[in-house]
Amino acid sequence: MKIAVASGKGGTGKTTVAVNLSLFLVDADLKVTYADCDVEEPDGHLFLKPEITLKHRSAVLVPQVNPEACNLCGECGAFCRYSAIVVLKEEVMTFPELCHSCGGCAYVCSVQAITEVDRYIGSVDRGSAGKLNFISGCLDIGQAMGPPLIKAVLRNITDDGITIVDAPPGTSCPAMTAVGDCDYLLLVAEPTPFGRHDLELMLQAVGSLPMPRGVVLNRVSGPDTAIEKLCSRYGVPILSRIPEDRRVAEAYSKGLTAWKAVPGYKALFADLWSKIEPVAGRYTA
Amino acid sequence: MRVAITSQGESLESRLDRRFGRAAFFVAVNTETGEFAVHDNTQNLNAAQGAGIQAGSNVVGLNVEALITGNVGPKAYAVLKAAGIRIYLAPDGTVAESLQRFKDGLLDECLSANVAGHWI
Ligand code: SF4
Ligand code: SF4
Repeated sequence: MKIAVASGKGGTGKTTVAVNLSLFLVDADLKVTYADCDVEEPDGHLFLKPEITLKHRSAVLVPQVNPEACNLCGECGAFCRYSAIVVLKEEVMTFPELCHSCGGCAYVCSVQAITEVDRYIGSVDRGSAGKLNFISGCLDIGQAMGPPLIKAVLRNITDDGITIVDAPPGTSCPAMTAVGDCDYLLLVAEPTPFGRHDLELMLQAVGSLPMPRGVVLNRVSGPDTAIEKLCSRYGVPILSRIPEDRRVAEAYSKGLTAWKAVPGYKALFADLWSKIEPVAGRYTA
Repeated sequence: MRVAITSQGESLESRLDRRFGRAAFFVAVNTETGEFAVHDNTQNLNAAQGAGIQAGSNVVGLNVEALITGNVGPKAYAVLKAAGIRIYLAPDGTVAESLQRFKDGLLDECLSANVAGHWI
């Protein structure tokens, strides 16, 4: 069972929720994997301090043109939707950083002048933090193709237990790739006007995805009817309200998890899980 | 000599388009005869990525020796350079004014990208 933890923007406490939920489940003796798919800025390891036992480099396939074989027919350039390969008068130029690895250019080349070669985009780390399995993807500096690396992280989830997928913030391709085949979608938002706006964008973006979903409000310090209205308009339940608590920030600054530092957290996550589990379970079944 | 100029409209009196990849039109002028032809680049206006590359390859297709524009990013620069097209940077003005400045030798040749590329 895969539970995605996502948010419309960074800094809502998405990782906090993902990490603490993972720790709660491990504590309840379940088999759990925490998968950090926020590949541009993975930070789950800062809290979990896992021991990494396996590291591998992840690559995508990009075209390489053999000028001897190429007759400059132009087919590859005409095919590519991403301008990642252009045919000029005397040469074919490639822009690997724009390539989406669809393989189309090699396919349409009638003289087999194109071979697909590896281009490394980042690494996938595996290990464990106590009894918690840990997987994390990290994009190389300067790389922009998050989705293939996110898919590599997701492919590495071999565990048949529960996986908590820490999704990249936002509503673009990387975020949608990470949440796409999860069984439950947990959206983390702050009850501020900006937070509400970002949550609405997120609710729209995931509108056509099939899995059940729920909202966790983080850093709650008072009532917020506007965000309640928004959620009910989208038919999405608010599962949990995590109160604003100085001790959480203090724990963070020391690199501790709120789980250890703030006593009320255990009950909070137990309650949250009791609302997610039956719904996600029914969806999976 | 044949020169391409990025333009916001379809005549010599139109304003120079200072963007290259997302320029509305390219006006290709024969500097000896004054004849010109207008090429639409608007399909590039909404390109999600690679507008500079595509525009570069469009300009290569115009068989020009030089390009006059406002700004060129690194990928467009690479394409134009590979095709041996020289790039000249012009200030605001009409297409005709830019062409005159070029003929008078008032425009600087651009020897590297003069604006940063987009990330993707
Ligand atoms: S399709 Fe093949 S032969 Fe044609 S330009 Fe591309 S690489 Fe060259
Ligand atoms: S693999 Fe696809 S995206 Fe990449 S250069 Fe070829 S056609 Fe373009």
